[in-house]
Amino acid sequence: MGAQVHGTQEFDAKKRAEVKFSDAAMETVKTIISRYPAGKQKSALLPVLHVAQAEFGGWLSPEVMDYVASVLNIKPIEVFEVASFYTMYNLKPVGKCTLEICQTSSCWLCGAEDIIKYIEKKLGIKVGETTRDGMFTLKVAECLGSCGTAPMMQCGASFHENLTYEKVDAIIEKYKSEGRLRSYTDLDYNNTL
Amino acid sequence: MGRKLLIHNDKVPGIHTLEVYRAHGGYASVEKALKTMTPDQVTDEVKKSGLRGRGGAGFPTGLKWSFLAKPEGVPRYLVCNADESEPGTFKDRYLMEKIPHALIEGMITSSYALGANTSYIYIRGEYFYVSRILEQAIREAYAAGWLGKNILGTNYSLDLSVQVGGGAYICGEETALLESLEGKRGNPRIKPPFPAVAGLWGCPTVVNNVETIAAVCPIVMMGGEEYAKIGIGKSTGTKLISASGHINKPGVYEIELGVPVEEFIYSEEYCGGIRNGKKLKAVVAGGSSVPILPTELILKTAKGEPRLMTYESLADGGFQTGTMLGSGGFIVMDEDTSIVKNLFTFSRFYHHESCGQCSPCREGTGWMEKILKKFLNGTATEADVDLLWDIQSKIEGKTICPLGEAAAWPVAAAIRHFKHEFLEIARNKKFNDVSHYERLKKKTVA
Repeated sequence: MGAQVHGTQEFDAKKRAEVKFSDAAMETVKTIISRYPAGKQKSALLPVLHVAQAEFGGWLSPEVMDYVASVLNIKPIEVFEVASFYTMYNLKPVGKCTLEICQTSSCWLCGAEDIIKYIEKKLGIKVGETTRDGMFTLKVAECLGSCGTAPMMQCGASFHENLTYEKVDAIIEKYKSEGRLRSYTDLDYNNTL
Repeated sequence: MGRKLLIHNDKVPGIHTLEVYRAHGGYASVEKALKTMTPDQVTDEVKKSGLRGRGGAGFPTGLKWSFLAKPEGVPRYLVCNADESEPGTFKDRYLMEKIPHALIEGMITSSYALGANTSYIYIRGEYFYVSRILEQAIREAYAAGWLGKNILGTNYSLDLSVQVGGGAYICGEETALLESLEGKRGNPRIKPPFPAVAGLWGCPTVVNNVETIAAVCPIVMMGGEEYAKIGIGKSTGTKLISASGHINKPGVYEIELGVPVEEFIYSEEYCGGIRNGKKLKAVVAGGSSVPILPTELILKTAKGEPRLMTYESLADGGFQTGTMLGSGGFIVMDEDTSIVKNLFTFSRFYHHESCGQCSPCREGTGWMEKILKKFLNGTATEADVDLLWDIQSKIEGKTICPLGEAAAWPVAAAIRHFKHEFLEIARNKKFNDVSHYERLKKKTVA
């Protein structure tokens, strides 16, 4: 039943038993839930999914979604239908750094396509793929609200703007040397607005 | 220099902190409203100001507030729409990032006017780091007593928090936003009932854009009548414009409504002209969904009058020869730009962002993207132009929310004003797209 509910990924009961937020993450989750009136804890779902994705390796496995459902006291399907609707949640494993290059009008006008081609060549992967070492996943994104500083890409919480090939080189080098998971919830970020 | 009311202090060091913001007159509107005005008096000033929703629709804010149902014993909510996702728009991000307290001050004053004791700022998930900036500012405001119980010793209490979204353009539509705030998929609701009657968790709710809420502060301080003196006719006050594309000085500009479009594009005070000495070809004046206009129609109306940055002047001529102020996402294209390919990026966007609830939008956006793809790979025929026109005409007005229109209008306008570009590709069976590659090469390889 679980495997069908969760689309392409298999549900593993053994793995599910091991999924648990760290104390720090659980504190964050409790704070989020406290923002809503009693009984409206489902409202916390989107922010809590962000916390879960950062906590459990950058994607939402069926086990993690099932766990989030239990934390919020809602049905697993309520979690899956939300996780599958919004583009920021990954339902398949991704690399440690997901590079999301904006490709909508203003970014396209300022050369986003060339940036995409450049990164594809540099990393040896196509859009949608992950490098063999599991370090980078390359994605394209629709307008990220950085039109005046185009072209741009997002990685975790950071907006890298006014991109040039040289800047791309430096960013990729930096992420590679740090080698850690980059999440939207990261407290450290880069931006140049 | 025009007057600035919203981002006049954006370059002040430390303005994102409560201390510096307060030292520059911040939170004065909260003091004035809570200590000397009734909630209805605040609403009256907003009505008198003529302020119109700054998210894109331009609906009079005071009127929207007056629709709010106020049944006894039922909580009311103010929800700030910080989902800014309309391609070409980044003004709210700028305001929240640079001067987060301007939004928080506006939320307190507005919540007081509406009688809301719990309010939310719903911000798009991609702006996660901006939510951190807002949360820090909210913590400061709580610590200083601007939020929480009995603000300034009055009977008024307010709790304010931020919720991040998950990456969905549709959540900028107010009922989809409320669904998302309730932890659901962002499917717009059928209206009526409007949020003013049944909004968040079924309670009366007002949803306002970031810039709209921030504008309430200067309105309370100067009075609605004074505010209404800025601008022209029904376009009162100042407006943040996000300028991007092929201009020398992209960025966020606060203008007094009424600045001529030509001045906005070419003056050093604003966009600074077209970059690389190129000529202007077209402008999308109010975010991706508004009709694109060629040079001659964006600078002057069909009657030959100078086009102004106002709701009315930009709309002059209807969709035949005019456009809309929309969100103020001002995208400028130079003479080398392919209108067809730019349109393709819009149609791809709307296809990606359609929530899938209504078939005309779900199917139509995908179909339009596919046909435009044919133009880019040289397999389109002249009949495909008519097909595109036919599809877009069958989406408008047939969907629950305006995403259908937003997807249809750019297609219609591109064909209306630049049909020859579509036909040329269809006749030559070839699409040439070299200009952007060359442009970027010039910029990056010295």
